[in-house]
Amino acid sequence: MSILKILVVDDEPGIRGGVTRILRNFRVDYPFMEEAIEFEVMEAPSGEAGIAIIEENPPDIVLLDNKLPGIQGIEVLDYIKKKKKEIIVVMITSYASLELAVKATSDGAYDFIPKPFTPQELKSSIENITKRVFLKKMTNKLQDAGKQIRFTFLSILSHELKAPLNAIEGYLKMTKERQLGPNLSDYDGIIDRSLDRIRGMRNLILDLLDLTRVESGKAKRNITDVDLLKVARAAIDTMRPYAIQREVSIVLQGDAPLVLPADQEEIEIVFNNLISNAIKYNKEGGTVTCTIQKKEGHMRIQVEDSGIGIGQNDIENIFDDFVRIKNEETKNISGSGLGLSIVKKLVDHYSGKIEVTSTPGQGSTFRITFPINTPCL
Amino acid sequence: MKPGNSTILIVDDDQDYLFQLQEKIRRFGFKTITADGQREAELLIEKVKPDLAIVDLMMEKEDSGFILCYKIKKKYPGLPIIIATGVAAETGIAFDIQDESNRKWIKADSFLEKGVRSEILKEEIFRLLPLSPDE
Repeated sequence: MSILKILVVDDEPGIRGGVTRILRNFRVDYPFMEEAIEFEVMEAPSGEAGIAIIEENPPDIVLLDNKLPGIQGIEVLDYIKKKKKEIIVVMITSYASLELAVKATSDGAYDFIPKPFTPQELKSSIENITKRVFLKKMTNKLQDAGKQIRFTFLSILSHELKAPLNAIEGYLKMTKERQLGPNLSDYDGIIDRSLDRIRGMRNLILDLLDLTRVESGKAKRNITDVDLLKVARAAIDTMRPYAIQREVSIVLQGDAPLVLPADQEEIEIVFNNLISNAIKYNKEGGTVTCTIQKKEGHMRIQVEDSGIGIGQNDIENIFDDFVRIKNEETKNISGSGLGLSIVKKLVDHYSGKIEVTSTPGQGSTFRITFPINTPCL
Repeated sequence: MKPGNSTILIVDDDQDYLFQLQEKIRRFGFKTITADGQREAELLIEKVKPDLAIVDLMMEKEDSGFILCYKIKKKYPGLPIIIATGVAAETGIAFDIQDESNRKWIKADSFLEKGVRSEILKEEIFRLLPLSPDE
């Protein structure tokens, strides 16, 4: 239960008392608001008194009469706009005229209620304003949360980029100081390590570009009828050299036609990441089975591997940014930690679902469903 | 106290950083043992007691370094521990380690930034070593 503070500035005690009475037991309650909102009414008989209260105990809403004993309502409005931009002002005045209404609104008043007003008219206006205040607070909260997430992301990113740079720099310094002796061939190990780290950085940057594309929302999306089998085949062909190196066999199953209205590049990213992971985290001589099916208005894509699997603890976070499973078996597997988070974001764009099941030591299965008829966001 | 008699444990999940730091510390004249993460380090200290430990902050988890520090101190109360941080990253994510009260909880003896100059690292190690109970 939330309370909004309302300040009524009017030289007529009847008006002030009336507002207090009307709003005392008034509640605003909408399904989209988490809690009902009630009101605390403060009264001021003059503009000066009103300003004093605004300074000490800022209200959320001000009901402001224009005709006041000292400074006029319009000057109080001026003051509020200059100092406290978050306060919403409603002009209440018996000298209602179009001219005044226009001036007040252009000066920053949110609404205008001519006196005499009925309790219902007052309540309607307040109800309206309450919704607006609530939405503004929610927006601020989300922006703050967004900033925090971005800050964390950038912190981790800078760490992920600095580490390989420091490593390469360290190896170059060792070389400069001939720390491993006079023979150039003795430096092959650290040169190879440096090249490995560079490869890692390059992959990270490529993944970041994918991520930017996914998150920017401004990227030009080209929706066509994408042949899923064709895209899957292309992804498998791209990964084949790597699969051969690890002696992993890949099987693609699916009965044509399997067509999804989508942006082809995005679907390529999905298949590339899933198949790449299935090979990377597989055992030597293992298998990857990619199955595509159409069922009940959905496209189902499943990528199953006979790899090292994912433990229960790790499965929860696996779609988060930069999360990579770090254990004995994954020590020599490189990756940016962004692949699955990018896939998940893309799947979300299509109002699809992604889930994973796994048995450590035996393998993992990733399943994605795309609804066929939902327009993609 | 001769450095040659002391063994320093280095824990870091970046294999290149681990290799380079190990080289550096050997050049200072110390013996070294290494672990590539919190788990391996915990197994290692069961078998060997080092004279000082240098521990990375973020390994398997964001706070692996803290947890490891705590466990080492529990097993070897007087053992000096240096936590190595990539400062900008860690202060953004985990605890605010600049804050004195958090540092006390963490129980490390020193915090050094990764990539700090060799002279400073050497000074810190020599400063902390005589505190080791066996000396």
